[in-house]
Amino acid sequence: MKRVQFSSPYLPYLFLLPQMTVVFIFFYWPSVQAIQSSFYLEDPFGFGATFVGFDNYLEAFKSSHYQQIARFTVVFTILVTVFSLSIGLLLATTADTVIRGSGPYKTLLICVYAIAPPVAGLIGMMFFDQHIGPFVTMAAWFGWDMKVGIDYVDTAFAMIVVAVWKQIPYNFIFFLSGLQGIPVSVREAAAIDNRSRLGRFRTVTLPLLAPTAFFLLIINMTYSLFDTFGIIDVIVKDKAANNPITLVYKVYMDGFRGNDIGGSAAQSVILMLIVLLLTVFQFRFIERRVHYN
Amino acid sequence: MAQVTIENVSKSYAGDVRAVNSVSIAIEDGEFIVLVGPSGCGKSTLLRMVAGLESVTEGTIRIGERTVNEVEPAERDIAMVFQNYALYPHMTVRQNLAYGLKNRGTPKAEIDKRVAEASRILELDQYLDRKPRQLSGGQRQRVAMGRAIVREPAAFLFDEPLSNLDAKLRVQMRGEIKQLQRRLATTSIYVTHDQLEAMTMADRIVVLNGGHVEQIGTPLEVYRAPQSAFVASFIGSPAMNLIAARGEGGRLVIGDQTVTMNGAEVPNGPLTLGVRAEDMALASGNGDGHVEMAIDYVEELGASRLVHGRLTDERLALSLPSGAPLSDRLSITLDPHRLHLFDPDSGRRI
Repeated sequence: MKRVQFSSPYLPYLFLLPQMTVVFIFFYWPSVQAIQSSFYLEDPFGFGATFVGFDNYLEAFKSSHYQQIARFTVVFTILVTVFSLSIGLLLATTADTVIRGSGPYKTLLICVYAIAPPVAGLIGMMFFDQHIGPFVTMAAWFGWDMKVGIDYVDTAFAMIVVAVWKQIPYNFIFFLSGLQGIPVSVREAAAIDNRSRLGRFRTVTLPLLAPTAFFLLIINMTYSLFDTFGIIDVIVKDKAANNPITLVYKVYMDGFRGNDIGGSAAQSVILMLIVLLLTVFQFRFIERRVHYN
Repeated sequence: MAQVTIENVSKSYAGDVRAVNSVSIAIEDGEFIVLVGPSGCGKSTLLRMVAGLESVTEGTIRIGERTVNEVEPAERDIAMVFQNYALYPHMTVRQNLAYGLKNRGTPKAEIDKRVAEASRILELDQYLDRKPRQLSGGQRQRVAMGRAIVREPAAFLFDEPLSNLDAKLRVQMRGEIKQLQRRLATTSIYVTHDQLEAMTMADRIVVLNGGHVEQIGTPLEVYRAPQSAFVASFIGSPAMNLIAARGEGGRLVIGDQTVTMNGAEVPNGPLTLGVRAEDMALASGNGDGHVEMAIDYVEELGASRLVHGRLTDERLALSLPSGAPLSDRLSITLDPHRLHLFDPDSGRRI
């Protein structure tokens, strides 16, 4: 590797400046602001703030509403992650074996990813529309009177389906490229060593996909926790009422609709800590069991 | 252990590309067969058809008494060594060796016994708990061999197993594979593009060109009596000299010079004369039956020297003992018993 010597010792810092500025303005500064606000009770109209210590946190933890949303968020995150990962993997393994017309087939599977979350939410909502939604019609065949936006479970179901649908192409791309990164000869050696297709998948393909799967696990959990905001927003239409929402949406509702800046800030700090713990856990305990080459 | 019979086997791909064209080889039990040929000659395709990794378009492949055309690779009772070793990167050496046995439901004690035996033979004992990435190329090659040995299959299939190794290691592994195969007496099919590997390892060589068999024979048969100009030029180093000549009234004429044939039949008309570098010598005595050769350059090889030059307009390489006298022009004799004549159109031996 060639070492570049800068003529001035300050020059490298100058090059780093734009990136550092972006990180500072859009990450560190708001984080610090949020942590600070979380200890204050702010006047909704901006006429000053009172220091309240951990009251905002305690209030959040004590609220049964908050607990209910937290429980839903956990269920939502697990379901969306599990389903979008497994369906993405299933599609990738089948697409990998397609020989004729695999190009258009893969493109069709991938193009959903190009859709913006609110648009995906809108399209998803049309599927679940009370009057024209095909899913509602299909559910009616089985005697399921689906009422998205009114019934808690039905809304949660629609949310999860749309969120999973939106994330499948992303997982598909990564799993497919991961599969194609496994040398053909290794698969052939496995075909000679193991007669069972499923056995080969379990003992050779899956372990070699583990780095990809681990990466996707983190990405999908973050997606379920945060990036599904647009989908949820379209489904509950800004008025959560009795509908299920996730913690991120509650931060938004309390902060921007309820003007409870302090409470909202405390909740976002809690989320930040959850993500921190999750990341540490994933890297400490799961990555050890992953085989990198 | 078993014979492997390949009968009129062809392989066509979409678009009428014929990679293998009606190949028949009867491989004896315990025989070491080497398929050799330039890239694209169909040797690997043929091997992969025996392994079951490619479908057979036409013909029959039998391992032992069983026709295996439609049998899954895992059920053909073969083991394959791949060019890039194809070790399972997430498994230790021990797991790599045991994988094929485990999937066949071999008892644990038997697996342990065979893995221990194979790792002893291949000197892999101290690496059993390492992952393939922690091994050198030669060690990986041994693990790939070990994976085949522990299976105790009816046949070993080798797909250019040495081509990723450096030259020195290649010579060493060549000997080891050959010795191992002798000891185990397992029928083996070995694919290579290296004629030297073919010559040194094979019981019989199959020379393939453009999807068809040019010649099947022992290394010496193929070397001494090549059945076509292609085989003549492919087997042996330096390559056999192929010279445009013609038969005139029973005599062999090159340009304006005549070669003494000592009574051998020479048909009239254009011919290709094949002569190996070592089958020519400096002429002694008078000029009867000698041919004149102009020298271009000399390669000193230590034990011998390789003289490159022209016989009339034809390029020629000639092997002479080291220290033989040299000048710009040499008068040489061709060993009439070691001359090969080929039809210039079909390339077949006359």
